[in-house]
Amino acid sequence: MMKRIVVGIKRVVDYNVRIRVKPDGSGVVLDGVKMSVNPFDEIALEEAIRIKERGLAEEVVVASVGPADCQAQLRTCLAMGADRALHVHSDTPTEPLTTARILLKLIEREQPFLVLLGKQAIDDDNGQTGQMLAALWQRPQATFASKIALADGKAQVTREVDAGLETLEVDLPAVVTADLRLNEPRYVKLPEIMKAKKKPLETLSAESLGITPRVHLRAVRVLAPPQRQKGMRVENAAELVAALKEKGLLAS
Amino acid sequence: MSAAILIVAEHDGSTLAAGTAKCVACAATVAQAEITVVVCASEAAAVARQAADLQGVHRVLTVEHPIHAHPLAAAIAPQVAALAGPYTHVFGPSSTFGKDLMPRIAALLDTAQVSDIMAVEGPYRFRRPIYAGNAIVTVEVPEDMKVVGTVRTASFPAAGTGGTARIEKVGAPAEPPTHTRFISSSAAKSDRPDLQTAARVISGGRALGSAEAFQMLYRLADKLGAAVGASRAAVDAGYAPNELQVGQTGKIIAPELYVAIGISGAIQHLTGIKDARTIVAINKDPQAPIFEVADLGLVGDLFEIVPQIEKLL
Repeated sequence: MMKRIVVGIKRVVDYNVRIRVKPDGSGVVLDGVKMSVNPFDEIALEEAIRIKERGLAEEVVVASVGPADCQAQLRTCLAMGADRALHVHSDTPTEPLTTARILLKLIEREQPFLVLLGKQAIDDDNGQTGQMLAALWQRPQATFASKIALADGKAQVTREVDAGLETLEVDLPAVVTADLRLNEPRYVKLPEIMKAKKKPLETLSAESLGITPRVHLRAVRVLAPPQRQKGMRVENAAELVAALKEKGLLAS
Repeated sequence: MSAAILIVAEHDGSTLAAGTAKCVACAATVAQAEITVVVCASEAAAVARQAADLQGVHRVLTVEHPIHAHPLAAAIAPQVAALAGPYTHVFGPSSTFGKDLMPRIAALLDTAQVSDIMAVEGPYRFRRPIYAGNAIVTVEVPEDMKVVGTVRTASFPAAGTGGTARIEKVGAPAEPPTHTRFISSSAAKSDRPDLQTAARVISGGRALGSAEAFQMLYRLADKLGAAVGASRAAVDAGYAPNELQVGQTGKIIAPELYVAIGISGAIQHLTGIKDARTIVAINKDPQAPIFEVADLGLVGDLFEIVPQIEKLL
């Protein structure tokens, strides 16, 4: 069987966009906003491509659950170096558990030895899909990866945890989620974008995979965060230290 | 209607992490909550005693198995899922421990997760940040569903001590998998205060320019009894180790005093410090976004200013 990596990606509001909350509290403004591949997912894909370039995988399949528009992000992934794309069409956002259930169906079909995802999407900041997928698949998980070494049907994964770095060994297949310092994704060049148009992109639906999306969480309202009061400027180190003393912030 | 809340304890084998006391404080804001803490460990007694000492905890359950010598999500999740039956809520801290573990528990329980709970509006209604904290969403979970959640620890005070919860051994309800093995940990032992709980934090950014220059911040921090933090740019550049990173993808902190030195203030960084009581910014660029949130701003060369501050303390 072909040695395959499946990478899950999400179309999200671009990292550089300054989000605005709608005045009626129904959500954030998405009309006309630049959309991109979730940066952590891009890192996951870069890692998959590098693993393939090292000869440790034969095919990289990129998958996304989302509206028709997310095919643009899947094409970007194909231009980066993915071989094939799977688009599971959903016009409404899916919760992480539903996304994980859909990805599990794709995994059962594709039989990868490794599944890579970003550690979180920068829109909902949930950070759940990879772990949920690993649980449903009854396979190991290694989250927040900053290094992945593959050998003998196992992966040694270095993880960025609160205390520092931790290394786990997991049996393959496994789910690994990418942290920021796993790699620096490559830039896509124009010829690759042209070539990517010819790469296969298959569209599926959740229903065709036997999944009925469930909605558990209801967003009641979305508000802008409270703003901090504008502070004051001081002119030099002495004034700064005096101001901190006055506020009682230097006493131990 | 009362809530039965199970909290998964975070610990290092001997000491209960501060985040657990914050989960207890969060759980205590749910009306009529009965709070149980579960400790999964190879030897749970010491940690269980600390959990039982927390105000508001009714009961502590201990799950002992050699595999729990290290906090492996794949091993802990089935234990917690097996115990979760009688509970309405299962909470853990939104530390890397809880972020790794809780979604795995949620999936085993076939339920959704509410990540980064920052306020409890009702037993099934919570506020949480999205878009790096640039929007706050109130979410409702159906009342017939178990609520799995991670608690944004910076949003809650730590529960006090002096509690008298009873401790119950429950053995190991599930047989943990063998597919995941702990190899090593680089956790550096430091005498400095812990970044996540420190009252004062000195934090450095790209403008420090080198790991050597970063040492200047450690000296200042030691004079102030402060923890040291860093921006993503400083960690990416190798000036500081990853565990110091503050921001959307690093640590979310709420110290009394946060001093940002040579940090421009990307929104991803600001989301990690929004709850700080007082923010001080020292930066050469008067237009740096950090000044928009700073209570005290000083425009100037950090290489001159930091040694001057050190002398004045």
